[in-house]
Amino acid sequence: MSQFPEFLKFELGIYVDQFVKWLMNNFGGFFDFLQAFILGFLMRAEGFLQWLPWWVVLFGVFLLGWKVKKISSGIVFALMLLVVGSFGLWELMMATLAVVLTSVIISLLIGIPVGIIMAYSSTFEMIMKPMLDGMQTMPSFVYLIPALMLFDLGSVPAVFATTIYAIPPVMRLTNLGIRNVSKEMVEAAHSFGSSPWQILFKVELPQALPTIMTGVNQTTMMAMAMVVIASMIGARGLGREVLIAINRIDIARGFESGLAIVIIAIIIDRITQGIAESFKVEE
Amino acid sequence: MSVKIKVENLTKIFGRNPKSVLKKLENGMTKDKILAQTGHTVGVDNVSFDVNEGEIFVIMGLSGSGKSTLIRCLNLLNKPTEGKVCVDGEDIVQYNKKQLQTFRQNKMAMVFQHFGLFTHKTVADNVEYGLEIKNMPKEERKKIAEEILETVGLKGWGVKMPNQLSGGMQQRVGLARALANDPDVLLMDEPFSALDPLIRREMQLELLDIQSELKKTIIFITHDVNEAFRIGDRVAVMKNGKMVQIGTPEEILTNPANEYIEDFIKDIDKSKVVQAKNVMLNPSPLVFMKDGPKVAMKEMKSSGISSVFVVDKDRKLRGIITIDDTIKAIQENKTLEDILRTDYFTADPEDYIQDLIANAMETKYPIAVVNDDKKLVGILVRVSVLSGLV
Repeated sequence: MSQFPEFLKFELGIYVDQFVKWLMNNFGGFFDFLQAFILGFLMRAEGFLQWLPWWVVLFGVFLLGWKVKKISSGIVFALMLLVVGSFGLWELMMATLAVVLTSVIISLLIGIPVGIIMAYSSTFEMIMKPMLDGMQTMPSFVYLIPALMLFDLGSVPAVFATTIYAIPPVMRLTNLGIRNVSKEMVEAAHSFGSSPWQILFKVELPQALPTIMTGVNQTTMMAMAMVVIASMIGARGLGREVLIAINRIDIARGFESGLAIVIIAIIIDRITQGIAESFKVEE
Repeated sequence: MSVKIKVENLTKIFGRNPKSVLKKLENGMTKDKILAQTGHTVGVDNVSFDVNEGEIFVIMGLSGSGKSTLIRCLNLLNKPTEGKVCVDGEDIVQYNKKQLQTFRQNKMAMVFQHFGLFTHKTVADNVEYGLEIKNMPKEERKKIAEEILETVGLKGWGVKMPNQLSGGMQQRVGLARALANDPDVLLMDEPFSALDPLIRREMQLELLDIQSELKKTIIFITHDVNEAFRIGDRVAVMKNGKMVQIGTPEEILTNPANEYIEDFIKDIDKSKVVQAKNVMLNPSPLVFMKDGPKVAMKEMKSSGISSVFVVDKDRKLRGIITIDDTIKAIQENKTLEDILRTDYFTADPEDYIQDLIANAMETKYPIAVVNDDKKLVGILVRVSVLSGLV
């Protein structure tokens, strides 16, 4: 009696599996194109990042830190990057950053427009919200499987899985930001005969910008977290170092690459947060 | 005076299917019943009125009376469920999107209760907004914005952000932004309600100043009776989405249409315990009994008035003389005594203004304020009685 009855058994997984296979069979061309596109973007981003002399990056981070926070932050950030370099992980760090950068850019390109549509249509918001909840609570490893099936091993499925995992915050916060624009302000814009596009670009988006930037910050941090996991399907970078260290029980290697990931995460977080902060209108 | 805006049988219902409720409303079902039965809110119920060109038309009502809904129907921020809104003879309810945008860009501008300023733009950019929307070149609109900012007394504040300004100044920006478009009609939705009383008074006077120069057609919403009577050329009182009375402030004060309006007016008088001595004017010029008609004539002429009070040497009030009588007296060699009239009203300095309204409306002379010794201490003209209400 304590067992769940057999006749109620429903294997949803099979259908999901079939769906993914169906996608592969029927939309292979599309996914090939997507793969080529992402790969092209990724290669360029990585090429550029690897091409940058290390001291330029250090100086750039120093300047950014100084600009968005204060001079001491700039110095600390630059020193922290120097530590990563001294571990001999510079190149891997850039590989990781390339994946993060690509995923974040794709996330924003899709996430912000979708967030805007959510803000305009309550029905669409109602449909999207549970999906976003699902995307965020689903164990991130699960994305790896379909990503792997659709794009094979390598950095492209890593970008795909990372994007899915990282896109919800920017959608949510774009939606929230636009919905929270003062009603009177929007009415005022209407009363002067603004077109819908003018209202969006001249009033709503600028007003929502601080909130959207918070979303960008969160999306970036989630992308950073996911990139490490995505190393399991072949993304190059610091994540793979951690993975190798686990497999070999190599404490030294694990600690160094782990620390490097933490350092990058902190720097990215503080800088994007500082940028988000700078968009806030003083009350 | 030509009619600028003609509103006919305007009804606005909020809800899923507003048209379906119209019939019930026409059949006389009450607002509350409709809300309970269908979940629809009746904002404005079959309202008609005209607004003349160049006048300040005040719509007054308590919160929930539908006045804000009504004003938003005039520029279609709320689309009327039924009825016509004709501006310069054109029914704007029938406009398509493009026509409506052009109409809003050129003919009407709105000032909001909480200012509705764009907090991410500078004061100057806020003022320029309406022009920016019309794609006016930057140079041109900058010039206009500067001029308008000067008109509203904010010269040199253009570079500030709105929230660096005080409430009163922010509303000046709101007004400037609305005026920058040079609209024919200005809609003002409780523009001064969020300001403290002193600033509010100042802004009211300033609005009247600006209006005397620009001669816009202004529709002004307020819940404040005093404000309504102070600035309105005509006042409309709303209750439960309906117009209860429309008229000049005097008409409404002297001839309230029903108890609701009487309550309204009583309210102002109770709240403002203004006495005659607070608003009376200095009785000058003054003619003494010993003066002849010629002196009286001279006094009246030099002050440009048509009647004057006459007192004896103790300043005790004896009567009033008119300029017509005085001219006759001079021709017929009569004394002041012969032409003294006594058909004026007197008041005690301690009298409340509310008790003098009727007299002030009726009399053609000023009201004489006399103390217990029958000495003339001041006069009350109709304007000061009415403004005592404010």
